[in-house]
Amino acid sequence: MNYVGNVGQYFMMLKGTFVKPTKTSVLRQLIFKEIDDLIINSLGIVAFISFFVGGVVAIQTALNMDNPLIPDSLIGFAARQSIILEFAPTFISIIMAGKVGSFITSSIGTMRVTEQIDALEVMGINSLNYLVFPKIIAMLFYPFVIVIAMFLGILGGYVAGVYGGFTSGQAFIAGLQDDFIPFQLAYAFIKTFVFAMLLATIPAYQGYYMRGGALEVGKASTTSFVWTSVAIILCNYVLTQLLLSS
Amino acid sequence: MIEVKDLKKGFDGEMILKGINTTFEKGKTNLIIGQSGSGKTVFLKCLLGLFRPTEGTILYDGQAYSSLSPEDQRELREQMGMVFQGSALFDSMTVEENISFPLRMFTKMRRSERRDRANEVIKRVNLTDANHKLPSEISGGMQKRVAIARAIVNKPKYLFCDEPNSGLDPKTATLIDNLIQEITREYEITTVINTHDMNSVMEIGEKIVFLQKGKLAWEGTKDEIFKTDHEDVTDFVYSSNLFKEVRSALNKKEQAK
Repeated sequence: MNYVGNVGQYFMMLKGTFVKPTKTSVLRQLIFKEIDDLIINSLGIVAFISFFVGGVVAIQTALNMDNPLIPDSLIGFAARQSIILEFAPTFISIIMAGKVGSFITSSIGTMRVTEQIDALEVMGINSLNYLVFPKIIAMLFYPFVIVIAMFLGILGGYVAGVYGGFTSGQAFIAGLQDDFIPFQLAYAFIKTFVFAMLLATIPAYQGYYMRGGALEVGKASTTSFVWTSVAIILCNYVLTQLLLSS
Repeated sequence: MIEVKDLKKGFDGEMILKGINTTFEKGKTNLIIGQSGSGKTVFLKCLLGLFRPTEGTILYDGQAYSSLSPEDQRELREQMGMVFQGSALFDSMTVEENISFPLRMFTKMRRSERRDRANEVIKRVNLTDANHKLPSEISGGMQKRVAIARAIVNKPKYLFCDEPNSGLDPKTATLIDNLIQEITREYEITTVINTHDMNSVMEIGEKIVFLQKGKLAWEGTKDEIFKTDHEDVTDFVYSSNLFKEVRSALNKKEQAK
């Protein structure tokens, strides 16, 4: 019953986020700050993980190919498919649930604990619009992070495959181009967009409605990671079923 | 002036405020006192409009908050300043940005005008060399001054303070109390302070409202509170050894006369 109440409160929060907007000049500055905090500051870890996981995918594929009839281009094909379809949109989003999600929950939660949210409300400011709306807008740039993850993941696969002596550059690129379905990119970006909204709003909900002190801020960050991950995995399943199974 | 008429507030069927009637006058420091759990914070949050009363009305210069349109409620909120117990300064902003925040949100002032006004109130609350510091880089007493400056920068009609001197040493606490009283008189504000500090009562209690179990048990001035025979009030006032000694000294003095 409590879960149902939380889901209801979550949607009420979303509604509250889009009413009584904050002054445009202030909002613009808040959005730029959030883009810096949530998007720009995540690029380093995303680039690092994407490059090396791409490399691992290529090596794993190469090491599991023991049939001489399977062409080397399969390494590039497998790297492309796994990175574009699952690794970049889903795996990176789970990582971002830990990085960005806990940042959002702890920053809003700390503002709750230290009465900064009450201070905004007393001033007549819609604290939901002031705090959550800029995060939602900033996360609209999240697909750019995923583009970078896709590019670096495939690059990592190329470097590991070619320079590790598992395949030739030509074969890897042929594998990348082999049987390419453009809709799969659209599928990946539809997922990314949905995950971006979950990444902005579930941690914000956990932070905004938390009660207690510093200890509870930590607990809320953990809860936020768990629920954001659960939501991402469930949406991933539903969207895959809806978009790819026909 | 704020008039409170038969104010009741309950949560989950339990009444916290059980029908409060009182008036807080303009240009005076009005204190709400009472033990923990007496309903002080709920009362203050009702006055601030953060809690909607279950029953009763609160009139701000004759206007009932609940009868106003959302736009008018917002305008009324803009006329309220609040000093929180923990100061509630925005920790990502500097002292000057914190103070000029209400101006940025609600006025069309240019940056230079905002800075001038912020510096004016910074000077008024005796803060020096702190403009570009973050809240975490200044002392608790200075944070309270910043909070007061932020609360008055937009020239509010109503100032609310929740335990404004908690966590401060006695000397700084007195300075903060006196600063609030001076500002109240200077700006002709209706000030309501939530406290359980008897030193504040002695310093600035122009009107004192004593709450007990959600009811207004007593009201009067700081001179009257030390003379009253109201049992609950005397229990509260003389719960500290210092005040007990003061009272016995006064009694002895009176007997000697």
